[in-house]
Amino acid sequence: MNTAGTAKGALIRLFHVHKRYGPKNALVDLSLDIAKNEFVFITGPSGAGKTTLLKLLYLGEPASEGQILVDGMNLARIPAKRIPFLRRNFGIIFQDYKLIPTKTVFENVALVPEAAGAKFRIIQKKVRSVLRTVGMEDKADALPPSLSGGEQQRVAVARAVAGDPKIILADEPTASLDEDSARIIVDLLKGFHVRGGTVLLATHDRHLILQTGGQVVHLRQGKLERITSASAVRDRSC
Amino acid sequence: MLKFYRRAVKDLFENRFVNTVTVITIALSVLIVSAFALFFVNVEELINPWKQGVRMMAYLKDNVAEDRIVALERRIEGMYGVGQVTFVPRQEALQKLKKTMKRQSSLLTNLNENPLPDAFEIRMRTDAQSEDGMEVLAQGLTALPEIEEVEYGQQWIGRIQSVVGLFRLAGYALGALFFMASVFIVANTIRLVLYARRQEVEIMRLVGATDGFIKAPFYIEGLILGAVGGALGIGALLAMYLAAAANVSQGLFGLIVDLRFLPTPAIMGILICSMLVGWLGCYISLRQFFGQ
Repeated sequence: MNTAGTAKGALIRLFHVHKRYGPKNALVDLSLDIAKNEFVFITGPSGAGKTTLLKLLYLGEPASEGQILVDGMNLARIPAKRIPFLRRNFGIIFQDYKLIPTKTVFENVALVPEAAGAKFRIIQKKVRSVLRTVGMEDKADALPPSLSGGEQQRVAVARAVAGDPKIILADEPTASLDEDSARIIVDLLKGFHVRGGTVLLATHDRHLILQTGGQVVHLRQGKLERITSASAVRDRSC
Repeated sequence: MLKFYRRAVKDLFENRFVNTVTVITIALSVLIVSAFALFFVNVEELINPWKQGVRMMAYLKDNVAEDRIVALERRIEGMYGVGQVTFVPRQEALQKLKKTMKRQSSLLTNLNENPLPDAFEIRMRTDAQSEDGMEVLAQGLTALPEIEEVEYGQQWIGRIQSVVGLFRLAGYALGALFFMASVFIVANTIRLVLYARRQEVEIMRLVGATDGFIKAPFYIEGLILGAVGGALGIGALLAMYLAAAANVSQGLFGLIVDLRFLPTPAIMGILICSMLVGWLGCYISLRQFFGQ
């Protein structure tokens, strides 16, 4: 985890990235390298550019300036038709879960391997496996609106890992959850990290960072303020 | 493919009301257009035998010499539109008349002399059987000095053909109009469904689904809507045809007319067109929605 150009073989590289919304600068001259198998928190106050940074990575929006490389792919050069294939490198988790309310838990999770063209048997096996991992196997036939917030987010985590992504992007995944549910979600993400995955988690929850550990990217008004370890956050908070 | 089909069928049932309205609209359009087609098929059926049998009778003046008759026959054979010429001597004509009159033939037995003239029966070539063609031939025959009178009872066929042509044009125009209206309605249905499921579409895109993966079930839905609408329209027409055929087959213009239903290729064509309507409606909506 470094500023751009200093790490070799980084999984994600940002070179002087800018993002503007009209006259407003959401990200300013951001350069960053994130290596494989890192657990990185993106933190900062509201409006710091945390969500914008994640959106740029999965091409939810294009950067206004600068270059972003994900696993060697230059996002500026990816044609629109290839964007779905880029997104299969990511498992994305949102604060509001973004589950399809008319589809069952199983169907929501199965959407990812289905979209990737997996065969029926493999989909069945994979979905059962990830639902077991997040402890939601017994709710496979439930519809999302019948679940609690914590359960919905566990389904979202299951969906995020169902496609065997290289990277998980989590945007304030615990913001609307109670402490116990939040801990379960973080533990699941840690499990993904332990198995070799890379996690980028946007949050302004200092307690969550302290509890989890890892690297922390501090943003303020769209600019990279500093990169620290989680323990450094503890030291500053003391 | 099967999973797309399953998703399409599930979506159709989830949006039952809108899809029912769409199917009914397509069915009505198909019914109206195919009713026109059925009308043409039967009018053609009615006219064709008469067209095949377009003939003229050219009656000769009295006392035309036999050698002149042979020359005259050759001359008529060379005239525009003539297919076959047969000389009908006055005696033969009287025999035919007697046969035709059957019970009343006794009226003819007391005649002192045969009142019928010698005549030529002229059958026209099918390619020359227009109203103008008949007119030209009739004028040519009348101009011959040996010909007393020319008679042909089918002048009105040309007029009927003109009217049928007009109807056919109206049929094409209506067909095009209903085709466009149906496409518009299917497009709106799919647009409504897409609007209701825009969040789902967005989520699918976020998890790496290609546009093709998202669109495929909608196209299948469109094809199913078109096929079901088309089949219902044809079914309704068949029911109406069966109900009408029994009554109409008795003496239209005093003739025995057997009404016919649309031939299989026409039915297949109509079904394919109505599926095309469903597909095209989807294509328009999806193109707009995905902003391509």
